[in-house]
Amino acid sequence: MWQIIVHIFPYAIAFAMPLLITSLGGLFSERSGVVNIGLEGLMVVGAFASAASTVALYPSMGAGAVWVSLLVAMAIGALFSVLHAFASVSLNANQVISGTAINMIAGALTVFLARTFTGSGNIQLTQGAPRFDVPMLVDVPVLGPLFFHQTYGTTWLILLILALGTFVLYKTPFGLRLRACGEHPHAADAAGINVFRIRYAAVMISGALAGLGGATILVTYSGEFNGSVAGMGFLALAALIFGQWKPLGILGATFFFGFAATLANASQAEPSLQVIPEVILKIFPYVVTLLALVLFSKSTQAPRASGEPFEKGKR
Amino acid sequence: MKLHINTELLVGIVAVVLGLIAGAVLMLVGGYDPVEGYRFLFAGGLMNLERIGNTLAMATPLILTGLSVAFAFRTGLFNIGTPGQVLVGGLLATIVGLTVNIPKPLLLSLMTLTAIAGGAIWGIIPGLLKARFNVHEVVSGIMMNWIAYWITYYLVPSHFKGSYETESRQIPEAASLKVAWLTDLFAGSYINIGLFLSLVAVVIVAVILNRTVLGYQLKAVGFNRHAAEYAGISVNKNIVLSMMIAGGLSGLGGAALYTGYASSIQIGVMPSQGFDGIAVALLGATTPIGVVGAAVFFGLLQSGKGFMSAMTDIPPEIGDTIIACIIYFAATSVLIRKLIDDFKRRVAKGGK
Repeated sequence: MWQIIVHIFPYAIAFAMPLLITSLGGLFSERSGVVNIGLEGLMVVGAFASAASTVALYPSMGAGAVWVSLLVAMAIGALFSVLHAFASVSLNANQVISGTAINMIAGALTVFLARTFTGSGNIQLTQGAPRFDVPMLVDVPVLGPLFFHQTYGTTWLILLILALGTFVLYKTPFGLRLRACGEHPHAADAAGINVFRIRYAAVMISGALAGLGGATILVTYSGEFNGSVAGMGFLALAALIFGQWKPLGILGATFFFGFAATLANASQAEPSLQVIPEVILKIFPYVVTLLALVLFSKSTQAPRASGEPFEKGKR
Repeated sequence: MKLHINTELLVGIVAVVLGLIAGAVLMLVGGYDPVEGYRFLFAGGLMNLERIGNTLAMATPLILTGLSVAFAFRTGLFNIGTPGQVLVGGLLATIVGLTVNIPKPLLLSLMTLTAIAGGAIWGIIPGLLKARFNVHEVVSGIMMNWIAYWITYYLVPSHFKGSYETESRQIPEAASLKVAWLTDLFAGSYINIGLFLSLVAVVIVAVILNRTVLGYQLKAVGFNRHAAEYAGISVNKNIVLSMMIAGGLSGLGGAALYTGYASSIQIGVMPSQGFDGIAVALLGATTPIGVVGAAVFFGLLQSGKGFMSAMTDIPPEIGDTIIACIIYFAATSVLIRKLIDDFKRRVAKGGK
């Protein structure tokens, strides 16, 4: 059993990280009062931007291209999310519809561009992010092989952003204002906060983080852009609710998803897991999420104004 | 002078025109000729009877999924679970078609009924969770989609494997919604009686929404839950009912897709008709008749894009991009509405 856990742990973490960072993006957006179901599409855009820039920069920069491509993915993700911010903040449009439109545009547009520039809808990476053992820490018993063996640099980057994001959200004036806009925008407005500007910033942060999430999938375990992130954005949304709109909550939720998903894949290689039908393992995360939502329904901590457009004169 | 123009219709047309312009800009950016692109795109969907038939066959599942989304929307619910409902409906119809051996009319009735029932079950679960536990239907709908996806993924190869690993066996002729006279009439196209079923569904939904107490209550819940509750309408019951009917419509769409347009079910693909149903419902202003118009238009784009990409270098994804842009413009229709209002006011002033 221990062998199985040690074996699948790196995969579980690799799977959880893009979910975690995208979920954190969703957290920023929803805590400011804007529902962002366009996360899926923003991840696709990030993956595309990362793939295109890696391929373009690789000949001149070599291995460093991967890291630059992550920055490009964040920038393009933030830029693309302005579409969502414009519709849902400036025009008070239905946020779910606007998010759906983002998803549809992202999926179709990126493949169109990929086909136009490379001839096929796929972009293959020559080299992804390298894996490494964290020196010294990998020798720590028990924890070493679990957390510090064969890690990706992106994992540490994402955990750093999570810590930074938590700090910004709970310990800075900007974070306080952002949360106020999601709980009671009219009170925030009366206190002199520019609700529109905060919500724009929050949506763009979510775009940047979702873009990084998509890029992370690309440079770690997928290695190829094909116009889809296979529902990871929606899963990140579920993790956000599962984690009750809190940074530590989403950390736990995404690790759970990482494990559940990896378990299903590992069952092909691990004879001891084959007693359970694969289909059960595959639908397990989704069923558990449904159950968790039911359990949490009484004590739900959703931002109160999430999904509500802010109209200045409305009481 | 007062202008009598249906604003909803006008908004839809403006969104479509803007979407087509966005597509043209994109073709220019990619270095293609938009005039030629659109010529082949529309020719591909309309140039002869067979292609018109294919356009209508492509539109059939879209009518049903669009109707499904529109119906739930009128009760204030966002049915994003359409892909899962389509899959379950299509899967059950395929299974019945492959295993039951009775005369064609009976078999088709049984298949469509099981498809409707399957979709309804897949819709009723998010409905119940919403009514009973206040779980947001968007999240539970997405979960239901993936559950349907994985069940199909494992069930089809293990029990109904066809010649390829990724699809089921072909359903027999008796289990296909395609009928000889209709196929002959449209020169061998994919058109099938699913089209008539979908139009019947359109009429039924229109009657429910506009002429029955149930429809009145559903819409009342959609307009204002609290007011409806206060007026003695059971909000929870209507939420469950609405999701059930919406799911059933999508389930029927699955039958039309997998046992009408196609004749086997693929695994590993979330049916795009599900999410496109959202687009259809929005462009159709969530009215039954609007849904038909929007579905036929999107069906035209979908069936024409293959011909366009065969005749030019333009990637077929331009079709989906145009649809997505139209939805974005429909979502931001506040802007279009404002422009139309300004225009009307100016005309009214000028004509005084």
